[in-house]
Amino acid sequence: MDVSVSPAQASSAPAAATGLVIEAGRAERHYWRDLWRYRELLGFLAWRDVKVRYKQAVLGVAWAFIQPALTTAIFVFVFRHLAKLPDGGVPYPLIVLSGVMAWQLFASSLSGTSGSLVGNSSLISKVYFPRLLVPLSSLAVSLVDFSVVLAFFLGLSLWFGHWPSWHWLALPLFMAMALGAAFGLGLWFTALTVKYRDFRFLVPFLLQIGIFVSPVGYRADFFPQWRHLFALNPMTGIIDGFRWSLLGGQHALSPVALLVSLALIAITITGGLWFFRRTERKFADVI
Amino acid sequence: MSATALEVSGVSKRYEIGHLAKADTLVETLAGGLGALRRRLRGRRLQREEFWALRDVGFSVETGEIVGIVGRNGAGKSTLLKILSRITEPTTGRISLHGRVASLLEVGTGFHPELSGRENIFLNGAILGMSRAEIRRKFDEIVAFSEVERFIDTPVKRYSSGMYVRLAFSVAAHLDPEILIVDEVLAVGDASFQRKCLGKVRDVSRGGRTALLVSHNLGVISSLCNRCVWLDQGRLNAVGGAGEIVRRYLAFTEFPQDGRLELAAIERPAPHAERLRITAAEWLDSPALVQGRDSRLRIHFEARQEVSEASLAVGFSRPDGTRLLTYETDYTNRQTPRLRAGQRGWVEFTLPSVPLSADTYLLDLGAKSGLFHDLDYLPGCAQVEIRPGPDTHPRIVKQGWSVRLDAAVRWGEGGAA
Repeated sequence: MDVSVSPAQASSAPAAATGLVIEAGRAERHYWRDLWRYRELLGFLAWRDVKVRYKQAVLGVAWAFIQPALTTAIFVFVFRHLAKLPDGGVPYPLIVLSGVMAWQLFASSLSGTSGSLVGNSSLISKVYFPRLLVPLSSLAVSLVDFSVVLAFFLGLSLWFGHWPSWHWLALPLFMAMALGAAFGLGLWFTALTVKYRDFRFLVPFLLQIGIFVSPVGYRADFFPQWRHLFALNPMTGIIDGFRWSLLGGQHALSPVALLVSLALIAITITGGLWFFRRTERKFADVI
Repeated sequence: MSATALEVSGVSKRYEIGHLAKADTLVETLAGGLGALRRRLRGRRLQREEFWALRDVGFSVETGEIVGIVGRNGAGKSTLLKILSRITEPTTGRISLHGRVASLLEVGTGFHPELSGRENIFLNGAILGMSRAEIRRKFDEIVAFSEVERFIDTPVKRYSSGMYVRLAFSVAAHLDPEILIVDEVLAVGDASFQRKCLGKVRDVSRGGRTALLVSHNLGVISSLCNRCVWLDQGRLNAVGGAGEIVRRYLAFTEFPQDGRLELAAIERPAPHAERLRITAAEWLDSPALVQGRDSRLRIHFEARQEVSEASLAVGFSRPDGTRLLTYETDYTNRQTPRLRAGQRGWVEFTLPSVPLSADTYLLDLGAKSGLFHDLDYLPGCAQVEIRPGPDTHPRIVKQGWSVRLDAAVRWGEGGAA
């Protein structure tokens, strides 16, 4: 095989360009350019995770909806039938499921991102690529799972006689917020897990508590006296947003909670990127 | 063309072993921090253990050269390759690379067992830096090279280790970098596949491209490389022509004094040493062989999985890797035992007066299952000296790696009929 490498071919390929200099602390310069060069690898890593996700599972992709469906059933029983919380005229399963969807998108993205570097340690110690691709690509799986649940929600919503409204168009925005919050936090956790495996135990624990602290099983807008406390939790704004758009505006949007969410997301992502980039060069030595 | 492809200057790499090895959980770090605080209050300073894997290494490589890197375990070879591949940063120093770099520190990096051969070609290709279009263009060639056409849609977890390695190497062999960096991965597969792999590396330099390779197999280094870099304890010991450096390196490497060779820590390319690992070998009589006398070599092994028809072998090679003699258990006494998983054991060879001229040779050790299935292979893992014995005729003491064999001889008189 003697395909010679022409300069044009070389520059289109996602490897180092001509005239690369390696020095301590120099990786900075090529980083964002490299991230763009390696975009195909991002696609491949995401595709691998999605493809492998339900291999050798008899129920396959059904698992993506069994979990939220059961959680919804239990929450409806506890919050509606035992605690008798108000529904405001919306079928309670729809209230819960819309909350569960928001929560699950966040939770599965967060746990995926947090475990991503250690899960790919064999790659990190053997090949160069911008490490940011690893947590980024892990988001794909959560999105695929989410789309399965979204289809389930649509079916359930129609069955209850609720037709999708224009509010649905805003859903991508709130999805982006859930992913952003998970990604920002996940960057911290995954970089910390490289050195301190303690975070592997911390993340599931946080998520377990979080589902009760956040208004997943009940409507936050029916408790005005707790509004400000709720608003401190960035997930409140996101879950409110999901309900507002999926229930066709039959759930109030709280501007305070939304602003708090946006601000916290911006802070965690900026901080997460800063911390990730700062520790990244040591990953291969420590992992 | 003699442009510089790669220039390394003043590169050092420091690791802090104390902190990395001991404090791996948060609590330990906190505890360590408290300890440090206490020590500081008492006016003592915490001693950080530093380890310099590389110290002030500098050399340059011209375009079109194949350069080998030799050195003992822990000499810094792998660290150097990791820095060149941008996996880790140097602590000090500077490297400039002129051309597209591809590095191959392991065969099958990123292979996923659940994915099929076809899917893994795309995944692995992308990981090694190929574009999707490039992989698609070379796909048929890669499959043909790997000789696994029939199983291309089977998940690779069902592959035999040989098939797995062949497929993985084939992807790597079809990279078209201007600078190729390879770590100890050439010796994979059976003999004919190995020849194909070495041929691929030769093609690299013929195409005007540059290669940098680490190998414990000095035969590969001296036959493939133009030049050679010799690292010792993180420092650059010498750079020069491959043949010369390999000779000097061999002369420098110490002979084992007590005849015992520790082999467990030597890295082998997968799948070698996965099912059965040769852990040590020892000369029971003396570390040097004496002509005219029997020598006993005991090879220790550990079976990690069940192995059928096991046999072990010892070979003597010239410093360039050319095998001169081989002794194999299945050939010698036709015993091919079945080994249980977890079984440790040894084989003792008694070599009756090795028929080689007095000189220094490389010792090759290997293990296989059945006729063709390689289990472990350690080419040139030690040196062995053959000395003239009391019965050696003075005129044949030094002949330069020739083989002496007995033959029936008759003398006669008269001219040709």
